[in-house]
Order: sequence, then C-alpha cells, then structure tokens
Amino acid sequence: MPDDVARQVPPPPVALLAELTHRCPLSCPYCSNPVEMVPRGSEMNTADWARVFDEAAALGVLQLHLSGGEPAARRDLEDLVAAARGAGLYVNLITSGLGLTEARLDALEAAGLDHVQLSLQGVRPEVSDRIGGVAGAFDRKMALARSVVARGLPLTLNAVMHRHNLDDLPATIMLAEALGARRIEVACVQFHGWAAINRAGLMPTRAQTEAAKATVAAARARLKGRLVIDFVPPDYHADFPKSCMGGWGSTGLNVAPDGTVLPCHAAQSIPGMTFPNVREVPLALAWAHSPAFNAFRGTDWMPEPCRSCDRRSIDQGGCRCQALAILGDAAAPDPVCRRTPGRAQLDRLLAGLPGPEAAPAPLTPRAAVR
Amino acid sequence: MTGPVLSAEIVPRLPRGVRLHDDRVRGCPVLLGPERAVMLDPVGAAILGELDGARSLGEIAARLAERYAAPAEEIGADVAAFVADLAERRLVELGNA
Ligand code: SF4
Repeated sequence: MPDDVARQVPPPPVALLAELTHRCPLSCPYCSNPVEMVPRGSEMNTADWARVFDEAAALGVLQLHLSGGEPAARRDLEDLVAAARGAGLYVNLITSGLGLTEARLDALEAAGLDHVQLSLQGVRPEVSDRIGGVAGAFDRKMALARSVVARGLPLTLNAVMHRHNLDDLPATIMLAEALGARRIEVACVQFHGWAAINRAGLMPTRAQTEAAKATVAAARARLKGRLVIDFVPPDYHADFPKSCMGGWGSTGLNVAPDGTVLPCHAAQSIPGMTFPNVREVPLALAWAHSPAFNAFRGTDWMPEPCRSCDRRSIDQGGCRCQALAILGDAAAPDPVCRRTPGRAQLDRLLAGLPGPEAAPAPLTPRAAVR
Repeated sequence: MTGPVLSAEIVPRLPRGVRLHDDRVRGCPVLLGPERAVMLDPVGAAILGELDGARSLGEIAARLAERYAAPAEEIGADVAAFVADLAERRLVELGNA
C-alpha cells in the first residue's frame, strides 16, 4: 500500500453525494444502499450537514447531490437546500417524488433548489408500482414531474433499467420528451448493496443490452438539443470496465447519513477499510490524506495487467467494489475486463443466470424504511 | 464544430437551472447546470457574460469585437459555434428577438 502521508494534495473533487437519510417509502429490489442501513437516530443534524456543505465548497466541490434513501423524508430538507445554496453549491435533488407536496416544492424553490432528478421505476403504472412497492406512486411521480417543469426548473428523469423493464426503453425516452424533461439518465442497474441479492432477476440479457444501445443512439440523434440522454449500459456484457467515479478519490465523494466519508457509494462493502467521519475530521483532510481515499487513488496501487495497460487512465482498472463482489479482492482488476484472468469468473456467473428463453427470476423487494 | 449555423438574430439566454459560477478554488469561471460543470476559458466566460436574454448573437459579437478590438466576422463565427454547442447540450436556450 502506498505511503499516504508523503503524497501531495490531490486535485479537488467536483461533486459531493450527500446521503441525507437511508429512510425511503419505496422498496426497490435494486436498491444500491448497503444491506445494513444507518438508523434514523444516527443521522447527522441540520447544522452538521450545513458545515459539510461549507467545507465541501471550500474544498472545490461544485455539484451537490442531495440523495438518500428519500431526502424528502428529512423534515429539514428546505433548510439543507438553503444552506447548500448559501455555500455556493449547485443543488440537485435526487428524489422518488414521494413526500414532495406543492407546498414543499414552493419552499424548496424559494430556498434555491437548482435541479430535480426524479427516479422512475417503470413507464407503466403497474410495473412502476410493483417495482417500487407503493400503489399509486407512478401517478404521484407524474404530478411532481409536471409541477417541476411548470415551474421552469430543470427536470431529469432517472430511469433505472433492468431485465424487467429494459424493453420499455423507447417508451421511457418518449415519456421524458412528453413531460418536457431536459435530461434523462438511463441507468442500468449496478449490482451493489441490496441489488446484488437480486442479480439473477435483474441482469438484462445480451439481446436487451444491444437493443438498448441502438435505441439510445437513435434517440440521441433525434432529440439533439431537446433532451440530453446519459446512458449507463449494463457492464457485464462489455469488453472493458467502466470508469468508476472517474477514478477512486479523483472527482467525487459521498457522505453517508451518519457522516462517514466514502470514495464511492458502495465502498463500505470493502472489508478491512476504515473510513473517516466528517463529525471527527475536516472533509479536506478526509479527501486528501485518509488511507481509505489513498488506497486506490492514481495508478500506483494497480496490479498487472492494468499497471502497464494503455487504458489505465481511461478506466482506472474499473470498479473496486465489483472486483470485490465477483473476485473477493478489491485490489484486482474489474472482472468485466477481457484482458484480465478475472473475466472467466464473471463469465461463469453470467452462464449461471437465467437465459433469454427462461423467465426472469423473481425479485426480492427491500423493506421500506420510514 | 459542424452544428447548424445560427442566425445573428437569435437571442441566447441561460435557462433556469444553468448559471455562471466563479470557482475560487480552481481560479476559473464555470458554467453549472444539471450534472454538468463546464470550466470556461476567458473567451467563453466573456461570451456567456453577455447573455442577458435581450441581446442577439449579432449584438453580442459586435460588443465583443469592440471590446477586444477584433474582426467582428471572426468573433461572430466563434460566438455562434460556442453557443450552438452549449444549446445542443441544453445549457443555453435559443429564442427570437
Ligand atoms: S487491464 Fe486494467 S486498465 Fe487495462 S482495460 Fe483492463 S481493467 Fe482497464
């Protein structure tokens, strides 16, 4: 492991994901939050978060993502938005849309909210409400989307796609267009946290993946200048891994509900790592000098073949949490990569999943936490 | 850059949710929008600083040409290309006078 004290200060992060709470009214089977969640009593209070936002802005963070769980489960959400905007951050709210009344939207708008990102479990009410586990949720989401657009605030639809709904992708993009969203994020499920439990039911088939890529390419051409489409394809079917977070400790960081500072959303799954807590150390120190952030920063930590690979600054060896989940070793190259021996393990896992002709495996919802 | 050529009559503006930010840590202006942070060079910042929802592309180019004592035609082409690129990413809205 490289010596973290002798290192220079790394470039500042651009984005902070603030997981305000793990509480959520939905029970999505692909929830990426850890299986072991932070209880309400351990959540940071308003003043703690306001201090984090100030420290983040001073460190160089530009974009703040208020996330969860469902951030609207926090009664002080309006105060948190005001504090973040006061710190000079661009404030993005990532929400299921549940718990946001018109009155609360008024208050959030007045507090300086910049952008709303609404999660979508499906384009058909019966799919959406079955996946999210709340009857009537789809209609409430649509009402929120219309209200956000009517206010003139930018709206992003965040469509989480998997085997059960990827065939609805064309309709999903059309819905974003019809609602007047400025942007849609087509995010195929990543298998972290609770989602890993449902891998067999969620993993899209190769044919679905190819069709999705074609749909996105055609829609991007057709909707240029009207709808921005960001696409995260399912990486198990790819030849090379995706760059995770733009590289560990390079562009972004997360703060969990209890103040734990993480290099990525799933980092706590890595055994033997201790993460700094912003209740105890300044955010700048956690970013620049904690062993956790330095563990996989840059290229020094890399094993072969990454170390001498021409793609090492493109994908940084891929996702640490995926290497851990599939290979049992967070310091191995991402097993998606076909240049590495770990790929055989991933192929065995893929071969064991239900094929295109089989019915997709049933999904285990996570219990809603209020 | 090969986007459509924008007419000089077009009035560009920053839509709600897109704003200029002075990044003191990196020492450069940044355009912030949904999931985007575009670091600006002095030329880009000067162009965006002229967007007030009333001035047309032609007027903006004329003002910048005067300020930088540069040929208006060249500036006009740069401004149009820069604005067209941002409009394609929905970071600038194009309206009519
Ligand atoms: S060998 Fe490593 S750096 Fe090269 S493509 Fe594969 S994962 Fe990326």
